[in-house]
Amino acid sequence: MRRLTLIAVPYLWLLALFLVPFLIVVKISLSDTALAIPPYTPELDLREGWAGVKEFLAGLDFENFEFLASDDLYWRAYLSSLQIAAISTFLTLLVGYPIAYGMAKAPEHWRPTLLLLVILPFWTSFLIRVYSWMGILATEGYLNQLLISIGIIGEPLTILNTNVAVYIGIVYTYLPFMILPIYSSLERLDGSLLEAAEDLGCSRFSAFWLVTFPLSKAGVIAGSFLVFIPALGEFVIPSLLGGSKTLMIGKVLWEEFFNNRDWPVASAVAVILLLLLIVPIILFQRNEQKQREAEG
Amino acid sequence: MRKLTWFNTTALTLGFAFLYLPMVILVVYSFNASKLVTVWGGFSTRWYGELMRNEAFLDAAWVTVKVAVMSSTLATILGTMAAYVLVRAGRFAGRTLFSGMIYAPLVMPEVITGLSLLLLFIGIGMDRGVMTIVLAHTTFAMCYVSVVVSSRLVSFDRSLEEAALDLGCTPFEAFRLVTLPIIAPAVISGWLLAFTLSLDDLVIASFTAGPSATTLPIKIFSAVRLGVSPEINALSTIMIGIVTVGVISASLISKRSMLRQSAEERAADRT
Repeated sequence: MRRLTLIAVPYLWLLALFLVPFLIVVKISLSDTALAIPPYTPELDLREGWAGVKEFLAGLDFENFEFLASDDLYWRAYLSSLQIAAISTFLTLLVGYPIAYGMAKAPEHWRPTLLLLVILPFWTSFLIRVYSWMGILATEGYLNQLLISIGIIGEPLTILNTNVAVYIGIVYTYLPFMILPIYSSLERLDGSLLEAAEDLGCSRFSAFWLVTFPLSKAGVIAGSFLVFIPALGEFVIPSLLGGSKTLMIGKVLWEEFFNNRDWPVASAVAVILLLLLIVPIILFQRNEQKQREAEG
Repeated sequence: MRKLTWFNTTALTLGFAFLYLPMVILVVYSFNASKLVTVWGGFSTRWYGELMRNEAFLDAAWVTVKVAVMSSTLATILGTMAAYVLVRAGRFAGRTLFSGMIYAPLVMPEVITGLSLLLLFIGIGMDRGVMTIVLAHTTFAMCYVSVVVSSRLVSFDRSLEEAALDLGCTPFEAFRLVTLPIIAPAVISGWLLAFTLSLDDLVIASFTAGPSATTLPIKIFSAVRLGVSPEINALSTIMIGIVTVGVISASLISKRSMLRQSAEERAADRT
């Protein structure tokens, strides 16, 4: 009896506030836009019994998805989200790997402090971390002031409100997610393997590519997914740092819902975004499982 | 003792400069007297004063803290239960669905979570306000809590619980007297994580908040959309300060309790 309550409480909570809402999104994505409250048809009328259900089902169709497929705004938004997420994941890896490597090679008594320094930004507000770049990247911002005063450029660069600013924002805010898994795989690395490689005539550089990097691959893959998956649906970064030309699907969904008040289309955008995420999520799970098996 | 090579030193210096410089600049410029945010006009605490007189921000801060306390507490209770179910309850009908519903919100884009909860609240005719934000935050935060707590439960020696049961404890007493003290650090860090996630959330709160309740992130977002503002710099500095003090003292406390524990173990070994 007690066991049943223990299972039932969190189970029912998640059913009511996670699964059911999601099914509502799927249902509304199949409905039609209407000038009514709520602004879509058909509505399920259970008072009419089975006939009501049948009528409701007959009213559903894939019109919104056909609309999404026909309007190239959505295609471009999906593709550009994929592109922005992929490029920024790669850049985060380029920035994060040397930091993780340096941490793993640092004297042992430094490591807890370095680790704390990587985790600290994660606890500070995401919004504030994104906002802090607005002052730096603006036309009259600190970066342009610095570059002009030391004479590298004559005219201020336009960085804020471009995709470059979005890349910087994603790299900056998601960097801890890349550093931590790479660090934990590098820290476990057996130093004698590198000594063996050097004894066998490897240069330090080729020892890195032949020994260290392959052994840290699990961390690299985990870190890349931890950046790529949330970056794909990102809303705050493109809307604060990106320009009007920055197309990201999270922003499109937001505007479709709040500005155009088109609930069925917003729901259809959400369904497709989720379908897009399923592949990377499954790959990520598989990588995690493989790692667990390798350890266990 | 290994020494740092020049490459590692450079990587660490540049890396941490990149992580911290933007926040340092923000803090420094929050004491700027000038209204032109990017031009230094002398030291002043003027914007902190303006912030303290800004009722809208103070109201929003109060709503945010209320929501965070309620949702993180609820999420900790539900998340710990869920972790217990995942690790201890064995097989039951619908277990796969259950663990799926625990892990899915962790990777779900916030825009989708927000949209779906809003459509639910509208569907059942619930007035949007503090309560709806609490429900929404509890739902996604409980999944984080259950991941944190279940990783501790997995490594937990089950025979301790069984011993308590053999000695006549009821299952609830065994949980309260044996299990809970052992998993307490994980439960506390789960609560802190849930609290921070709630304080920080903009997207889900924007969908589920009604006109009667505005949280601080919603307020900040609508202010900074128009550009950098000195008041927001002051507000950010306060928030960064609170987090820094909190995280550093938490890590010092856990370090001290670890030292004490190892000292006790050494003392026990000697006797």
